[in-house]
Amino acid sequence: MTAALAEREAEVRRALDRVTDPELDEPVTDLRFIEALTIDPDDVVSIRFRLPTYWCAANFAFLMASDMRQEVGALPWVRAVNVTLGEHMYAEQINHGLANGLSFQAAFGSDASAELDELRRTFLVKAFQRRQEALLRHLLRLGHAPADMTLDALLALPLDEEGDRLRARYLDRRDICARPGEQLAFVDAHGDRLPELAPYLRTLERVAINAEFNGALCRGLLAARFGADGEPTLLDFARMPPRAA
Amino acid sequence: MYRTKSGEEIFIIDGHTHNWNAAKDNIKNIHGQQFIDCFYGYHSVLSPKDQVWPKDKFDRYGPEQMYQDLFVDGPDDMAILQCTYLTDFYKDGFNTIEQNAVMKERAPERIILNGAFDPRDGEAGLDALEAMAEKYKIKGVKLYTAEWRGDSRGYKLTDPWAYRYLEKAQQLGIKNIHVHKGPTIIPLDRDAFDVADIDHVATDFQGLNFIVEHCGLPRLDDFCWIAVQETNVYGGLAVALPFIHARRDYFTNVISELLFWLGEDKLLFGSDYGIWTPRWLVEQFMAYELPDEVKQAKGVDLTLQAKKKILGLNAARLYDIDVDAQKQKIAGAREKVAA
Repeated sequence: MTAALAEREAEVRRALDRVTDPELDEPVTDLRFIEALTIDPDDVVSIRFRLPTYWCAANFAFLMASDMRQEVGALPWVRAVNVTLGEHMYAEQINHGLANGLSFQAAFGSDASAELDELRRTFLVKAFQRRQEALLRHLLRLGHAPADMTLDALLALPLDEEGDRLRARYLDRRDICARPGEQLAFVDAHGDRLPELAPYLRTLERVAINAEFNGALCRGLLAARFGADGEPTLLDFARMPPRAA
Repeated sequence: MYRTKSGEEIFIIDGHTHNWNAAKDNIKNIHGQQFIDCFYGYHSVLSPKDQVWPKDKFDRYGPEQMYQDLFVDGPDDMAILQCTYLTDFYKDGFNTIEQNAVMKERAPERIILNGAFDPRDGEAGLDALEAMAEKYKIKGVKLYTAEWRGDSRGYKLTDPWAYRYLEKAQQLGIKNIHVHKGPTIIPLDRDAFDVADIDHVATDFQGLNFIVEHCGLPRLDDFCWIAVQETNVYGGLAVALPFIHARRDYFTNVISELLFWLGEDKLLFGSDYGIWTPRWLVEQFMAYELPDEVKQAKGVDLTLQAKKKILGLNAARLYDIDVDAQKQKIAGAREKVAA
């Protein structure tokens, strides 16, 4: 592989790092959903991806594939992007829809009653909540009072590496729910000031419990299904960080 | 029977078990193959390493193996045997009541045989349900709302035909409705694990109990909200419980939420055999203690009494089982075999 090609492949991977599984809120690259990646001499990128089971939800598969097309297609040198899904109950319809640039509804006809925007939004809000919960708990442990903290104060707060990571992850999703120009660092899913913190955190915790259930099973099932590749291993299944008390 | 260190006997009713046939010669198409492969994924991922079976054993273990794993090597006193038809995937069905009836004959005092119905079978299905109730004296059914049937990819409990079936079940004295909320595939753009239909039917059928298998995971928040409002909604711990081994912190979160919202009277143990075997599940559950900080933060506890209810007494109540009398019957049946 030439250095130029290697660099382009790295660019594509970085673009794919920005695509998350909507349910798990983790990059498709970390989840090892990307099975193959090629760039042909005409600058056409082909991506083949896989999911943990044959039964994984078609809507999520379609969302991820659309996001892959969009992120990779935004690279200036890319002329076209082909995304295909392997070994899935709806592989044929999804691949046909993707190849022809169809919307989800056009790809599935009467089996789909609406487009995916609402679903995308629902899961972006869940991602916002989980990231917020992680940061709120971190700040509470350090003795801060996050409910009244302004965005400027949050940005100026000196944090350790873990805190810095949690803050960056939260800020990356903050605009999903915060109104433009909002001064408070933290708002709820409706964009309003946070209610009493203890019960609010309990509510957020249940969002995380659901996502963890899926995350743990997805990793495990992916390992069980594609374990012969040597990756991912059960270690990936076990690597989920323990939840903070 | 499980015996505690102090010698106390715990009566175990395994609320969710199967006797399936996914042998190669029974598989109809790729969906059938992928279905059992997915189950095997669950099995191999969440079981302790020394409990993982070879795939061909998993495909079809048969009634003798099942008897051994539940009642001889395992601690179960009784088991609720559920049906999952999947006739679009398996030639003779995956797990039919006829198949399960073999187990009932093998261990009549230990097996609670449940039936099934599918509202898409229309009038003929109503008659079949009546015949099933008469022949097998069933008190419960298992519904699999995500089952494929021809062009259909599933149904909702709120469909008009589902109401007719639930009315029929009520008339026939089938009062326990176990619902597996699998990914309902249609419409494809909806959240795949929506549990909202349980809310409607639980309100409209006060004479029925709805046992939501897998506690609505991964929509635990929605499920808890429904269950707290409806007195006749229960949570089946199948699939949630195996996390006790692979991801204990996670299990702590789930069980403490369930205890907080539903309480110890509304939860049922289930191994989901043959996906998991009951012995290690019960041993780990009995040895498990809620961490003190969780007890304090959530104001819940998992006492020995709570464990007894979850492992058997709650199911005994739903299925009208007098535990002391049943112990005698089981002991009597064992003597008969020995003689």
